[in-house]
Amino acid sequence: MNLDASVLLEFGPLQITDTVVTTWGLMLALVLLARLLTRNLSAKPDRLQALSEGIVSLIEDAIVQVLPDHSKQVLPLVATLWIFLVCANLIGLIPGVHSPTRDLSATTALALLVFFSVHWFGIRNLGLKAYLKHYLSPSPLLLPFHIIGEITRTLALAVRLFGNMMSLEMAALLILLVAGLLAPIPLLMLHIIEALVQAYIFGMLTLIYIAGSLQSQRQTGSTTPPSAGDDPAPPKPPNKEHHHE
Amino acid sequence: MNELSWFAILSTIAVVLAIAIGVIGPAIAMGRAISSALDAIARQPEAEKSIMRTLFIGLAMIESLAIYVLVIGLIVLFRNPLLEHLLG
Repeated sequence: MNLDASVLLEFGPLQITDTVVTTWGLMLALVLLARLLTRNLSAKPDRLQALSEGIVSLIEDAIVQVLPDHSKQVLPLVATLWIFLVCANLIGLIPGVHSPTRDLSATTALALLVFFSVHWFGIRNLGLKAYLKHYLSPSPLLLPFHIIGEITRTLALAVRLFGNMMSLEMAALLILLVAGLLAPIPLLMLHIIEALVQAYIFGMLTLIYIAGSLQSQRQTGSTTPPSAGDDPAPPKPPNKEHHHE
Repeated sequence: MNELSWFAILSTIAVVLAIAIGVIGPAIAMGRAISSALDAIARQPEAEKSIMRTLFIGLAMIESLAIYVLVIGLIVLFRNPLLEHLLG
């Protein structure tokens, strides 16, 4: 039973593990798929376009419920995370392929991405000064706790996804060792549910953390006017996904 | 029995106990969270969507406590940093 990802290639100190290969393959496949699906969009959607529009509007609805004001802004990040994580968690079901999220390095990378994007969205919408001020908000004494909170929640994000995916894979492997062929199938069904739930939770927590960093705008909104840069430009063409409604 | 086999036995016992004890807290917490969410839904069925969303997030938070125990257990079993000390 190996905890580490297996190393496929080695360039000096740089090791290319199967996690990297799977992740890049998945990214390539998703980009090609997105390209293919959006190549000729029409006002009268065919079946594939309707399906992809359904997925996008489902995600959009979920985001609007949490963050109504900035949903356009965070949609690309959160939707990409959701789609990527669903594929990445489920790809482990294919025999011979390990899901990339069972590697702590991959989940740490994703958690770091979330960590930085939370600050980025916060600074972009509030301005650096107002954003940094919310760390001192009730009293400057709480600054260390804010910082500890930032670090631990990022760590928790990485470890939660990694622990769930790896423990399920390991449990299936143990059942296989104990009971034999076909016995782990009920467990694999649980794996499917858990993969979907974990992907949902990762994206949802990202959304909530971003919402939290933007929340201070509402509290300080009375003293400092919200920056005008965050409003999407009104004369934009209407969204493609509303054409069929 | 040499030192190494004591090490193996003790770390196995420690991990089993850690999982067994460490899961108690999250189990109680999850049970309480789910029961009060069901109470809230029974009282206010129209708020089901937001309750379920919050419930899922909360369950994930609670679950991660159990996952920490698991990760520590796996580290002790497979990647114990003290083992190098013992062998080298």
